[in-house]
Amino acid sequence: MNAAPFTEIWVYLAGTPLLGLTLTLVAYQAGYAIYARFGFRPLLNPVLLAVLFIVAALAATGTAYRTYFDGAQFVHFLLGPAVVALAVPLAREWHNVKRLALPIAGALAAGSLLALGSAIGIAWALGASPATLLSLAPKSVTAPIAMGIAEKIGGLPALAAVFAVTTGIVGAALGKYVLDALAIRDWRVRGFALGLAAHGIGTARAFQVNAEAGAYAGLAFGLHGALAALAVPVVYWLARHWSAG
Amino acid sequence: MLAGLTWLLVFQCLGEALVYLTGLPVPGPVVGMLLLFVGLRLRGAIPEALNTAATGLLQHLSLLFVPAGVGVMLHFGRVADEWAAIVAAIVVSTVLAIAGTAVAMRALVGRQAAADAPDGGSAAPPPGDREGPR
Repeated sequence: MNAAPFTEIWVYLAGTPLLGLTLTLVAYQAGYAIYARFGFRPLLNPVLLAVLFIVAALAATGTAYRTYFDGAQFVHFLLGPAVVALAVPLAREWHNVKRLALPIAGALAAGSLLALGSAIGIAWALGASPATLLSLAPKSVTAPIAMGIAEKIGGLPALAAVFAVTTGIVGAALGKYVLDALAIRDWRVRGFALGLAAHGIGTARAFQVNAEAGAYAGLAFGLHGALAALAVPVVYWLARHWSAG
Repeated sequence: MLAGLTWLLVFQCLGEALVYLTGLPVPGPVVGMLLLFVGLRLRGAIPEALNTAATGLLQHLSLLFVPAGVGVMLHFGRVADEWAAIVAAIVVSTVLAIAGTAVAMRALVGRQAAADAPDGGSAAPPPGDREGPR
């Protein structure tokens, strides 16, 4: 097979949503197979591998992101229903949540303040631009919520999504080492911390390690998403008024 | 599965509609999630079809983030200019958030376990009993 027909076929396929959709599913499953082959090592996160494969393929063929997204949007769209679906584990676990209401509320408050405050503080101290700061603010919540928040406060939604995905990958990759260093052994606490700091990607990682950790990760992921969606725009509005007045 | 997925979409639509009508500064799917949660609590049990659809969707959760992650292509310029600030902010704040959440929750779970069993009795197992190796 020489180069010309391959390019022709690629251009033909890239004209339909089929290519972007297929590429996403194939790259993710290849990433997952590598992750599983090496014993689910957290640093070989399947989302990270899939993104690297796809960016390499698009760059090598000169395909635009827009063309890719024409197909990938079908996968991306499911993030909305997935956020709604979080109500199910939350309702199922509600009796446990009620019993642990105080620890959960305390951990949620501590974690979300630390995640938001330290990210903005560090980026600001290192001279990041305002658009970057506003896109970093919602980085610990899941991509669709982060995009919604960034839009409300004047950040860049697409950049916020990238930061959220990066945060999820970093949290899923480093969480085990941080929690081991602190000698945290309670699966509920380990899961909750991962879900809070690394949203859906941390939750997926927690489910792969332990079912109870996964349930608490999903809980933290949902609670933090809802809290941030309600609180970040309000805090931003108050901060603007305070600095203006 | 189909009925469950339909319910998820119906609640997402309700959430989006409510946000549109009220001008709430909250993403529609979050409102949809809260509405579905209230509905499930009122109903008392989780319908099997909904359970299947939600579990299936959440099982492949990380796949759904891939298209947004590939969007880094669009922002190579900005990321290249500000990479040190971005990487430091994401890595340090994520580590701090994991550590802070875990330490706060461990302390509060321990306090509550102690309060639930004032006579040192058998009501609640100490946190150490739930431990696992990794």
